[in-house]
Amino acid sequence: MATPAAIRYMETEARAYLRTWRGSAITTFLNPVLYLAALGVGLGTLVDRGAGTATVGDIAYVTYLAPGLLAATAMQIATVDSSYPVMARMKWIKTYEAALSTPLRPLDLVLGHFAWATIRVAMTTIVFALVMTMFGAATPAAALRVQLPAILTGLVFATLVTAYTAQLENVYGLSSMFRFAVIPMFLFSGTFFPIGQLPGWLQPVAYITPLWHGVELTRSAALGVASAWQPSLHTAYLVALIGVGAWLAIRTFTKRLTK
Amino acid sequence: MLPWSAVLATFWPVDTGPRVVFAAMTSALVAASNLTKRFGTFTAVDSVDFVVNEGEAFGFLGPNGAGKSSTMRMIGAVSPVTEGSLRVFGMDPARDGPAIRARLGVVPQEDNLDNELPVEENLLIYGRYFDLPRRELRPRIDELLGFAQLTERRTSKVEALSGGMKRRLTIARSLINDPDLILLDEPTTGLDPQARHLLWDRLYRLKREGVTLIITTHYMDEAEQLCDRLVVMDKGAIVAEGSPGQLIAAHSTREVVELRFAGGALETTVDKLDGVAKRVEELPDRVLLYTDDGDTAVAAVHERGVFPESVLVRRSTLEDVFLRLTGRMLID
Repeated sequence: MATPAAIRYMETEARAYLRTWRGSAITTFLNPVLYLAALGVGLGTLVDRGAGTATVGDIAYVTYLAPGLLAATAMQIATVDSSYPVMARMKWIKTYEAALSTPLRPLDLVLGHFAWATIRVAMTTIVFALVMTMFGAATPAAALRVQLPAILTGLVFATLVTAYTAQLENVYGLSSMFRFAVIPMFLFSGTFFPIGQLPGWLQPVAYITPLWHGVELTRSAALGVASAWQPSLHTAYLVALIGVGAWLAIRTFTKRLTK
Repeated sequence: MLPWSAVLATFWPVDTGPRVVFAAMTSALVAASNLTKRFGTFTAVDSVDFVVNEGEAFGFLGPNGAGKSSTMRMIGAVSPVTEGSLRVFGMDPARDGPAIRARLGVVPQEDNLDNELPVEENLLIYGRYFDLPRRELRPRIDELLGFAQLTERRTSKVEALSGGMKRRLTIARSLINDPDLILLDEPTTGLDPQARHLLWDRLYRLKREGVTLIITTHYMDEAEQLCDRLVVMDKGAIVAEGSPGQLIAAHSTREVVELRFAGGALETTVDKLDGVAKRVEELPDRVLLYTDDGDTAVAAVHERGVFPESVLVRRSTLEDVFLRLTGRMLID
């Protein structure tokens, strides 16, 4: 029985990960612990004492923060995995070129990469959700419900960032991406506070960012509250972006690697 | 020659697909006619024709930028053909890319091993790209590591290998699918003499086993050692074709006499050498006489009262052919 080509390629990325999994496993667990302790519990105590509780919907700040941070972590993991490693395989160690001397096609490399990115994001969101329950920020049922929206959020960034990285000529484009897109999104897309707190002119900008939609979906799944828009609208927006990102990535890979 | 089974198969294409029949009918593994590759307005390969037969070691010889690598990438079913026709195993690379690549072994100019994985896993994942089952791959990897003299380094990181080891691993990797045709793009560039000879030895062994090789190189000794037949490429076109011996016979003489003169003496003597050999070439530091009989030419030089500082009679090499055909100008 033939294994699909994309899955055969995915094995390469999985093996590369397994060589360094210990280090990454520690950060996967430690990051949510540190963030939830410092911001959720530490800062959250102050928020809960002041007017903050009313703004975030009469719940403890840590409970409000945790699902937002989960979606943002999915974004971060997917973005990191689809930026420098993709550039290395494309331009530095040229393993894509090596793989294309075999029956594999550019399409297989892109889909295999997305498949592994999905697994990586899922490993992270599962650990994160466990930490959420440890902090009392989510019930076990909520920890399960947040998985799909968080993984969907990660996949949006895996596809878009892969497409963006694939057409870069050098590494500077990646530092700009982190500086001007990823970090501002992390801070201002409803992860830490409702975007209603932003100045009026900035709110439409938040509506465009995929992370805001991811955060809304994940938070509403965790807390069982209504999201800003219909959940189906948030989902449709994220799925559409995945489609665009995947299409662009496949096109760029094909153009660039089979000149 | 046409094998009868292939002829029969054209009338009774029972289990063999139509592609297999077509491949069996032509004895050529690779056939190109008017093959052209353009990048924008730049023509890298300009309407070349060539045929590579089964079991042959075929060379593309040429300076940098002659179009060798572009030709190889088209044969490798990676780079689309701009114009003309190309058949590999009787198949069209534009349509049957994966099926062609399944039977190819490719050694690229630059090593593109996976630095993130150890030596043996590089071979394993590559074998998986060909969809070879793991139980088949395990003994194959042992065998290839032995072939490449890398058995002791099987768990090493690729980064820790020397240039020669990486090259051998790349060649071993190209053999994982037991290819019918191996494409080697400048296989020994950048290696020290020991590593080159070890590599040549491995390539001889493959050739003896009946594997067809296509090699690009700008090392003349490599072409003479390895190639049964070769074409010389220059500026995207084929300028000569034949066996190393045929090319030397057609474009050079049997022997070359190299005359060296003490500083300044060259200018005053070169006129006296007119007609002493089939061709006289004046270089900044020496004069080359192209002749079929070196000793007679040297005697003639002495008769004319010319006594160079040193005289060397040597056999003509492909390098003489190469420089004759592609010029002595530096190509960047």
